[in-house]
Amino acid sequence: MLAKRIIPCLDVRSGKVVKGVNFEGIRDVGDPVECAEEYNRQGADEIVFYDITASFEGRGVFLDVVRETAKKVFVPLTVGGGIKSVDDIRETLRAGADKVSVNSQAVQNPQLIRDGAEIFGNQCICVGIDAKKVADHKWTVYINGGRVDMHLDLIDWVKQIEQLGAGEICLNSIDADGTKNGFDIEMLKAVCDSCSIPVIASGGAGKIDDFSEVFEKTGATAALAASLFHFRELTVQEVKANCRSKGIIVR
Amino acid sequence: MIAIVDYGAGNIFSVKNALDYLGFENAPASDKEFIKSADAIILPGVGAFPAAMKMLENSGLVETIREEAAKKPFLGICLGMQLIFEKGYEFEECDGLGLIKGSIRKMEAPDLIIPHMGWNKLEVLNPCKLLEGLGDDEYVYFVHSYKAECADESISAYCEYAGRVPALVHDGKYVYGAQFHPEKSGATGLRILKNFGGLIK
Repeated sequence: MLAKRIIPCLDVRSGKVVKGVNFEGIRDVGDPVECAEEYNRQGADEIVFYDITASFEGRGVFLDVVRETAKKVFVPLTVGGGIKSVDDIRETLRAGADKVSVNSQAVQNPQLIRDGAEIFGNQCICVGIDAKKVADHKWTVYINGGRVDMHLDLIDWVKQIEQLGAGEICLNSIDADGTKNGFDIEMLKAVCDSCSIPVIASGGAGKIDDFSEVFEKTGATAALAASLFHFRELTVQEVKANCRSKGIIVR
Repeated sequence: MIAIVDYGAGNIFSVKNALDYLGFENAPASDKEFIKSADAIILPGVGAFPAAMKMLENSGLVETIREEAAKKPFLGICLGMQLIFEKGYEFEECDGLGLIKGSIRKMEAPDLIIPHMGWNKLEVLNPCKLLEGLGDDEYVYFVHSYKAECADESISAYCEYAGRVPALVHDGKYVYGAQFHPEKSGATGLRILKNFGGLIK
């Protein structure tokens, strides 16, 4: 059987790893290539790089980080932030990414998902979604790092992106992100039940049992965390050992 | 020297990165003479079977690959593994390289997510040199929607996903095929590539 994946995420700005709490109050630490190597040693199943500035000037530096990492770390690399066009996807894959993650740009231009999937294959296209609860069992999609409400129903959007050819969804809960109170189980369940592509749980991991909980209670195939791993509150091995002890299959 | 066949349908960079890391001399190869002079051949591949086969035909390398795979270590990866079989049925029936008997069919798994994407455990059926030094709890990284249907004797290792999925196939001589991505399978994948490089005389 497939193993559940544990994915550390590295938010990168100007070639350095940073981590925002609720997208604000950013702290700056670390060399991304070294961080990725460390996660690889810890048994990370995949590594996500997110270009949080995504400025034109910063792009080259960011892609250099991806390029250097791909020479030393031999697990899948997903790269997101600032990907606006098929050319951006191509450039990112050429730098050594195995998948790209598109978020705001996909909401503003859904055709990007279809074009990317047709040219590079569905497996290359991960759609990142930031969503927030608006009513009982109802969420809307936000863009620009969780700042702008698109008044787009989450479940409608999930169905649309699956149709367009997305290979995977990385679902981030704005309500849970940074709280360390656990993943947003209710929202994840709603999304997993409404699509048949893999869903990565993101936002809210604060303690070791949050990972086993998300796999036990939802159909998520992977769980992502940034600050928890980055500030060494937990290691990937510890999370996996805990999952394994609860009968969850991990690598 | 390992030739990585560059015919427009493969992500040769990550294979190259892994071989560089392991210290194996390697280079992208798009001409016959270079492939003939190499000590081993890797055929990567992503995308759809008929499109990749067409690109391989257009590159004029099909006959060279067939001849050379009988003489020196050859490894097909992902779609490159699928191309070594006789036929593919992705969108349309299409001839493959025919280096190992069998065909490529759509995976059927009503209760499981297709593509089969992620880390799955290798179950050894017929030990081969590429599996040397591996333990019995080894995971490798897969991304695919079609799988090989072939005789058990061609299967070195499989994984379970709605039945057996051939993961590593071998013709008993020089030809190997990995449905997974050894270049993206952490230490396990690097060991498999190191074993492949070790086949060079």
